[in-house]
Amino acid sequence: MPTSEPTIREAVIRGSSGKTRLYVFGAMAALLIVVAIFAESLCPCDPYLQNLDAALQQPSAAHIFGTDRYGRDMLSRVVAGSRVSIFSTFLLVAIITTLGTAIGVFCGWARGRADHLLMRVSDLCLAFPGLVFALAVAGVLGGGLHNAILALAAVSWPKYARIARSQTLAVRETTYLKAARLAGCSTSRLILKHILPNIAGPILVTAMLDVGTMMMELAGLSFLGLGAKPPTPEWGSMMSETRGLLQTVPWAVFAPGTAIFAAVMVFNLLGDAVRDWMDPKMRVKS
Amino acid sequence: MKHYVLQRFLSLVPVLLGITFLSFALMRLAGSDAITEMYSGVGAAVSQETLDAARAKLGLDRPFLVQYFSWLGNMITGDMGKSFVSGKDVLDTFLSKLPATLLLAATSILLTVAVSIPLGVISAVAHQKAQTARNASARSACSLLDAVVRLASFIGNSMPNFFVALLLMHFLAIRLGWLPVIASGVTLTGAVMPTLTLTIAMSAKYLRQVRAAVLDELSKDYVTGAKARGVADGVILMKSVLRSSLLTIVTLLALSVGSLLGGTAIVETIFMWDGVGKLAVDAIMMRDYPLIQAYVVWMAIIYVGVNLAADLLYLVLDPRVRLEVERNADV
Repeated sequence: MPTSEPTIREAVIRGSSGKTRLYVFGAMAALLIVVAIFAESLCPCDPYLQNLDAALQQPSAAHIFGTDRYGRDMLSRVVAGSRVSIFSTFLLVAIITTLGTAIGVFCGWARGRADHLLMRVSDLCLAFPGLVFALAVAGVLGGGLHNAILALAAVSWPKYARIARSQTLAVRETTYLKAARLAGCSTSRLILKHILPNIAGPILVTAMLDVGTMMMELAGLSFLGLGAKPPTPEWGSMMSETRGLLQTVPWAVFAPGTAIFAAVMVFNLLGDAVRDWMDPKMRVKS
Repeated sequence: MKHYVLQRFLSLVPVLLGITFLSFALMRLAGSDAITEMYSGVGAAVSQETLDAARAKLGLDRPFLVQYFSWLGNMITGDMGKSFVSGKDVLDTFLSKLPATLLLAATSILLTVAVSIPLGVISAVAHQKAQTARNASARSACSLLDAVVRLASFIGNSMPNFFVALLLMHFLAIRLGWLPVIASGVTLTGAVMPTLTLTIAMSAKYLRQVRAAVLDELSKDYVTGAKARGVADGVILMKSVLRSSLLTIVTLLALSVGSLLGGTAIVETIFMWDGVGKLAVDAIMMRDYPLIQAYVVWMAIIYVGVNLAADLLYLVLDPRVRLEVERNADV
């Protein structure tokens, strides 16, 4: 019988596999974070230590990913780079989530002219290709990891503002909110206790799904020389540093590249799993 | 209808002004300017008088609003000034880089469409067949096909495009020697690797969207109705489903045409592809304001143009939109 409705048995199997996926990818992401936290003690060699005698080595037992032109151990640099790459991405996502939600809730609550203006600004930011705009902002602010984070934050908040605004507009019309208001709740209490908990779900899911994208964009800015500066180990800037070695020791390029790929993949998978877990209706479509 | 087009067009003028003003303000708010950058390369200390004289020569000492309006006035007449760094005419420099970007945009959009639409449709149909096919082996074959396409799209989505670019360079150019590592000028062989890089990234993204759009459409009642009346699956797919999914696809393509025309900074830089994206990166590094501004104006024009084009395409593609516009015009 052709039907798109899953049977109960299928739904149970899928539901449990959804949970399993959540745990598996959650554990993988946790592992990455643990590596990032203890990066310094996990490095087999000093990631900054130069040894010109051992420069440009192919992968070997001593240097699993080989060495770069200064003889630095690539494996150590990739491990050390995880801290900068992963935590600056988390910082960035935290900033845009908070900022976007604050603006969105404000717009949905206050409405009127300020809402109109902020939404037009967000339209512009959404329409412009993100990286190009971030590039311009980073160019104006100057290079450096902090400025790269600021630049990407400046262009990435509108997505969250949009979601928070539409959710706030929906929640403010609900009966429970009217009841809370009639019961004499102050505006700040209404927003903090009644609106925010109810709109948090979709925003958190978006944030989870965004970690991978933001990691790539941040690495992209670093790759162009507008993010982390050498010799700081950061995956994007490491690739730009070792790019010229593609013909001689390709592993010096592939190691950080694979690290970005793996980390982005894990966070994307986790994001998908979290979304499916929170909203089973989306599962079929994606 | 004409009224609608005109209205859409006029509503975009404030956007253009807004973007140019913002970009202008942003550049001026920055702590450093082209003069500082220029003389910081000299190495020796430069007196304040020299700096001031150089600024006065470029008009950087005038009030902000005066600078903005004089720039806007000049720009409308086609005079976008001279590059602070090379001293060449901005408009000429910019126009000379445009063909490379246009070529790359055209090839990668065409290839993306050719890859992502068929694969997306196949994946969606396979997904549906996996649930409805009568025999078990057909079901598992279909679900395997869907899974493979989705896995490919997932991998493509998780690869930063500079990594894809360097991988292609390593395998196609260095290992296999099929292509030159760096393009010598704007040629079709030189365009192969940047096109592939962009296509991989974009197809991975669109494949998912096309698949979702087609699946959404396939689950609608009219499809079941058509099937019940004995219309062939292929006909339903081609005549009804694809047509209705076209709106989503056009919106997506419009957005990516916009960002492609803006030049893809990273890909152009890696492959030394002499387009506007690379020009913008170089200009940003050198704080060459006139060039950056020309670039921002170009982006604004693209934004406005692409939005307008997408709206007009909806009119052509979707009778529902057409009806609504005509109804509004009558009122």
